[in-house]
Amino acid sequence: MIADHLPALQVAIPLLAAGICAMLRRSVPAWALATATSLVAAAISAWLLARAASGGPISYRLGSWEPPWGIEYRVDEANALLLLLVAGIGAVVMPYARRSVAREIAEESHPWFYASYLLCLTGLLGMSITADAFNVFVFMEVASLSSYVLIALGRDRKALFAAYQYLILGTVGATFFIIGVGFLYVVTGTLNMVDLAARLATVEDVRPVVVGIAFLSVGLGLKLALFPLHYWLPNAYAYAPTVGTAFLAATATKVAIYLLLRFFFTVLGPSFPFAASPIPAIWIALSVAAIILASIAAIHQAGIKRMLAYSSVAQIGYITLGIGIGSEAGLTGAIVHLFNHAVMKGALFLLVGGAILRGGDMNIDALGGLARRMPATFAGIVIAGLSLIGVPGTVGFVGKWLLASAAIEQGQLWLAFAIVGASALAVVYVWRIVEAACFRPPSTEEFAEMPISMLMPAWILTALCIYFGLDTSLTVEVAGRAAALLIGGAAT
Amino acid sequence: MNPATLLLLMVAIPGASTIFIALSGAHPNRREAVTLIAAGLLFATVAALTLDSWGGDPISTAPWPILPGVELRLAIEPLGLLFGAVASLLWIVNSIYSIGYMRANREPRQTSFYVCFAASLAATMGIAFAANLATLFLFYEMLTLATYPLVVHKHNAEAIRAGRIYLAMLLGSSLVLFLSAVVWVYLLTGTGDFVSGGIVARVADAPTTGVLLALFVFGIGKAAVMPIHRWLPAAMVAPTPVSALLHAVAVVKAGVFSVLKVVVYVLGVDHLAEVGIGSWLVAVAGFTVLAASVIALFQNNLKRRLAYSTVSQLSYVVLAAGLLAPLSTVGAALHIAAHAFGKITLFFAAGAIYTAAHKTEVSELDGIGRRMPLTMAAFAVGAFSMIGLPPTAGFISKWYILAAAAEGGHSIVLAVLLLSTLLNAAYLLPPVYVAFFREGSGEMHGEAPAPIVVAQGLTAIGCIALFLFPAAALDLAWRIAGVVP
Repeated sequence: MIADHLPALQVAIPLLAAGICAMLRRSVPAWALATATSLVAAAISAWLLARAASGGPISYRLGSWEPPWGIEYRVDEANALLLLLVAGIGAVVMPYARRSVAREIAEESHPWFYASYLLCLTGLLGMSITADAFNVFVFMEVASLSSYVLIALGRDRKALFAAYQYLILGTVGATFFIIGVGFLYVVTGTLNMVDLAARLATVEDVRPVVVGIAFLSVGLGLKLALFPLHYWLPNAYAYAPTVGTAFLAATATKVAIYLLLRFFFTVLGPSFPFAASPIPAIWIALSVAAIILASIAAIHQAGIKRMLAYSSVAQIGYITLGIGIGSEAGLTGAIVHLFNHAVMKGALFLLVGGAILRGGDMNIDALGGLARRMPATFAGIVIAGLSLIGVPGTVGFVGKWLLASAAIEQGQLWLAFAIVGASALAVVYVWRIVEAACFRPPSTEEFAEMPISMLMPAWILTALCIYFGLDTSLTVEVAGRAAALLIGGAAT
Repeated sequence: MNPATLLLLMVAIPGASTIFIALSGAHPNRREAVTLIAAGLLFATVAALTLDSWGGDPISTAPWPILPGVELRLAIEPLGLLFGAVASLLWIVNSIYSIGYMRANREPRQTSFYVCFAASLAATMGIAFAANLATLFLFYEMLTLATYPLVVHKHNAEAIRAGRIYLAMLLGSSLVLFLSAVVWVYLLTGTGDFVSGGIVARVADAPTTGVLLALFVFGIGKAAVMPIHRWLPAAMVAPTPVSALLHAVAVVKAGVFSVLKVVVYVLGVDHLAEVGIGSWLVAVAGFTVLAASVIALFQNNLKRRLAYSTVSQLSYVVLAAGLLAPLSTVGAALHIAAHAFGKITLFFAAGAIYTAAHKTEVSELDGIGRRMPLTMAAFAVGAFSMIGLPPTAGFISKWYILAAAAEGGHSIVLAVLLLSTLLNAAYLLPPVYVAFFREGSGEMHGEAPAPIVVAQGLTAIGCIALFLFPAAALDLAWRIAGVVP
């Protein structure tokens, strides 16, 4: 049955397509292949989520080798939601890509761009689906190397510098991660996550494990841009081509956060309870700093993509804060906000990318006349911006509500204040866009609405900002079960 | 029609009208006809529901769950009915006025004006008929966002600055303080439903209740309790119909309505009295009553003077809520309606003066009553209602608040109310006096256009009618206080 092999196909299809794509010489076939692949990947991920939700975790043995010797792919509701997110964002972004890439990237590089995108998709899906710690590292490198290419293809020469920065720091992160995995391997002799969890319980000398946890935390912290390890992110997001920014912003950091959850809770949780370690206190402090300082930094950015990038650092702070709170409610809030933030930031980068393409300038002040000349784009920016603020009726509100109530539940009222208080800062930076778009005089050159092929994907994500704000049965319920699964450990 | 459907129509009618108004942007007559029809339909719906709900079962829509334990739902209760009836009635009058004002002053962007106005009314109806805190909060924020384009209507530097203050204070206070309180109540009680007698009595001790009350009172920035009042005078740059919307129809009323609703249906009057924390609310509100009146005294700009008068009058409602007695609850509810009619009349008159004579300062009003007798007569009626003189609505509401204060032996509150009455007279009567009894400069102009005069006449008559026939409003007010007459 082909259905049994879907976990493998989830990763294999994009990988294969990437290879074919790199051999194509023309832009349109490469784009068509990337789009078709993304749609197939999204369909597979939706099917996997439905299966995992109804029938429990799916275990797939690669090459029929029994774990822990062979590599196991393991799909439960936690990573199935993430697979759907990654593949879904890819499927929405790709139709947008053709016109956008045509404007931003030199024609001869188009197949390379799509090939890198597909490799990046492969890597991110692989990182999410695999249950083998070393295999995670391999996919992490696939995703990272291809994303350096995605960023470096930006038309601004500064994109090269941004890619280089990301290359260095990303490599440091990946190295720390693999050193951490190494320490765990030294004491347990296994790389399979379920097996690791079981064997860690019997470890007598805990010092290597503690060192390993430290390396893992820093490595993944770099990858997910936890404040103050976020240095690479604003430049990378600002100078990458729009499609690259939207895809990476919505997915790459989210997968790193998922890995963190997986390692802290599934792998280490049963024998080294997260709540009993000193990590939560550090994480909460860093997260609150991220939420407040990055929001303030966002207010002071002149470039719109940089502003959104700093806003991402702040929003990642919300997610890590939920993890830091550590309760089931906190994790639920973190997972929901992870999903929701991907949707709204994806929407914003696509919309803003369209505005920049038409207006030709990355500065917020250059958005003058946007409200009049690109009303659909502007309306989308307002809705997604309100989500970012966390206005009720939008996805941002759901995440903030869950996180704030998790904080109050733990008796930490001041944390709840930090969570909702930063909304006021978000009002300031979102409203800078609104004011510029409404009240600034338009630039002299004529520009009109985005083409429909770009507007549609952007608006699909914008509509989801409202849909998931009013109907949370998918996000909150799956996230709630995923959180229970993570807290419960890998026993099942 | 099924009452639950009627309830949904309350939000749906103004909501859907935004689309039709936007579509008829090229035809001003059609556009304004749509506004008037929507306003008329809305009021008819409220009236039908009022008749329906008399003594019957509680009416509520099917819940729409958004989070575990958190749902959106509309329901009918007396306070909401009172607020909804006042707002929908005044929307009709305000639309008539808007047509006269916006055309006479050749205001730009009139379509977006009417669209945002209708959207504001949809949000207001949502607030009035919210069955729980989450629904109230959703529509509360919608109202802020829907009124923002109206505040910045002029698109000049001053309007943009005012818009910033407006958003920063309203969104800031609600997203930080109000939301924290809402989340907290849901965690404590597992529900945010509005229930007669309150829902936190069994789960919140005195300190928790105190913190919650503070979060609510300062988080509901639309109630303009000092120091969260600056947005209201700042928003005066907007066209006059917008000021009327802010001050009388929707925004500030939504604020004091929400405070009253929280005090009566969430925290519970008895529970607050039991833990004894009403006094600081009375103190804060009493201070706002006096301080805002004193500031109003020194405002030469007529609209700014009226704005500070609103800040002061709103705190009457908050103060009355803080007295925690059935009589004061009746007074608070009545004052929402009484102030709405009085203040909208005053703003209409101020806008009429601006339209006909292009005057905005109190010092320019000498002799204007001879050229605009109807306008200044309406202004006088509104001023009487603010001061609390018969035969106007303000007298009745003030009477109940005073009676509650006297009954509870709050001599300081009595003193505050009497002093504020004197202050009200001191800043509202001089414009009337100079308009009628001083010589003007002899400029030639008459009354404002007919729709403006008609609208302000109607609201002035409303002020008097509410004094002469208070039975329906009183009946509703007593039901809020939990006493079925």
